[in-house]
Amino acid sequence: MTTIINNNAAFSIEDFNLWYGNDQAIHQINMKIPRNEITAVIGPSGCGKSTLLKTLNRMIETIPSVNTSGSIKYNDKDIFSKKMLVEELRTHVGMVFQKPNPFPKSIYENVAYGPKIHGIKKKKVLDEIVEKSLRGAAIWDEVKDRLNQNAYGLSGGQQQRICIARCLAIEPDVILMDEPTSALDPISTLKVEELIKELKKDYTIVIVTHNMQQAARISDKTAFMLNGELVEFTDTDQLFSNPKDKRTEDYITGRFG
Amino acid sequence: MTKKANLNYSVQEMISKNKKSNSLGNLVEKLVPIFLLFCAIVSVLTTIGIVFTLLKESLTFFTKVSLKDFYFGTEWSPWTDKFGVAPLITGTLLITVIAICVALPIGLAAAIYLSEYASEKVRRTIKPILEILAGIPTVVYGFFALTFVSPLLGEIFTDMKIFNALSAGIVVGIMIIPMIASLSEDAMSAVPRSLRDGALGLGATKFEVAIKVVLPAALSGIIASVVLAISRAIGETMIVTIAAGATPNMTFDPTQSIQTLTAFIVQGATGDTSYHSVIYNSIYAVGFTLFVFTLLMNILSQYISRKFREDY
Repeated sequence: MTTIINNNAAFSIEDFNLWYGNDQAIHQINMKIPRNEITAVIGPSGCGKSTLLKTLNRMIETIPSVNTSGSIKYNDKDIFSKKMLVEELRTHVGMVFQKPNPFPKSIYENVAYGPKIHGIKKKKVLDEIVEKSLRGAAIWDEVKDRLNQNAYGLSGGQQQRICIARCLAIEPDVILMDEPTSALDPISTLKVEELIKELKKDYTIVIVTHNMQQAARISDKTAFMLNGELVEFTDTDQLFSNPKDKRTEDYITGRFG
Repeated sequence: MTKKANLNYSVQEMISKNKKSNSLGNLVEKLVPIFLLFCAIVSVLTTIGIVFTLLKESLTFFTKVSLKDFYFGTEWSPWTDKFGVAPLITGTLLITVIAICVALPIGLAAAIYLSEYASEKVRRTIKPILEILAGIPTVVYGFFALTFVSPLLGEIFTDMKIFNALSAGIVVGIMIIPMIASLSEDAMSAVPRSLRDGALGLGATKFEVAIKVVLPAALSGIIASVVLAISRAIGETMIVTIAAGATPNMTFDPTQSIQTLTAFIVQGATGDTSYHSVIYNSIYAVGFTLFVFTLLMNILSQYISRKFREDY
């Protein structure tokens, strides 16, 4: 999927609308998500931020009765076109979920799962991928002596980093994160945040969060959504210090939401 | 607050008054657990009673026929005093193996379809229909095997007997499909959505998710359903009595006519066997053997499902 890309956007979203049955959840969104940066999407509950995120790797399609219009291009390719295989898109656009969801298998099997289903079978190669991914997710030192133990024996924060390692194992270009720290305690949150900043070097990251401080701490660009509309999308510093839109200002100063 | 002022009684007072006066309620409260305990004990006592009866009559049998002759003899012909139980056991095993070969793939495939692929509407239509299959009396299945399946198979295997193990086994398999499908579907539906999402997010196809995530996560429930189905096949009586013949044959050739443990019990119990004859006692010995079989299956299932459990 390496093509010559003449703009710096990983995703170009144009005139995008989305409906759950008859309820419109996303209204006419236009945005360009930059490559190798951290883009945060903030907004009150139900504003459509998770929906937008799940659309980027078409996970939204697991929900029946979803309809869309407009276009989303990933590396200049329409993700909704018939030529785009959804499984292939998801190997390039990985996802980390709100609640840590490791498989009920060993730590090793969790990380090796992605490469395995995509046909990588050599034990030696898998060993290397597992180690590299666990190091990449900053959890290798904590688990290297118990790779064969069930991932459910780990703490929530460790489980989430295993899920990130599982995602890294198939070497995606983009990592989507859906409130990845909302189920974690503050110390685990800090570790995951540090990891996300570290990952920026090699990955494009889109993170949905309802924690504004988190968006301010880690992201380069921030999008503010309200009632399914994109209200403001700009540099994070700019958005938090000098918002252009009255609604953004109200939200970040805590007047609602 | 104004409302409270208007009331000329206090709710708290009424509650405490009712508590004191309600001694009948207190009595019920004390009697209920005793009654429930009694109900629980009834089933335990019944089990003990059954085991006792089986053991008592079996022991009488074994004073007349030695254990060795019974379990290692290869000819079962009680009316000529030949009590080698092996042909009945092979008959039962043959039926069970055929039944599982039919029911496991079909039942599991149906479960995967219902839990992973079918829309809510389709699932709500198909599952009850499947469960109707489980409600058909087995005697109906028996005649279905004898008058439909057997002639049909006779077209393929020309030297096949009308009464044969194959058609009975297949129909026993059909009978237990709903059990495997329905219970396995329950187990698979209980696997949390987040696990499926995790795999889908890695680019797994729906089929890969079903086989490599959902199936292993639901394995203990699936095994439990299969073992339950096997126990049911071992204990199945009416279909094999009607369709498998009554010929204790020590064979693994499914086109032959055979007799199972259960079918002999029916034959022995409905024939003109006199009370306290050796044949009469042999019914219990065969029943006891059957009991041991299903007990072993249950223990096996508990062991396996504990071993393969993937907690989520």
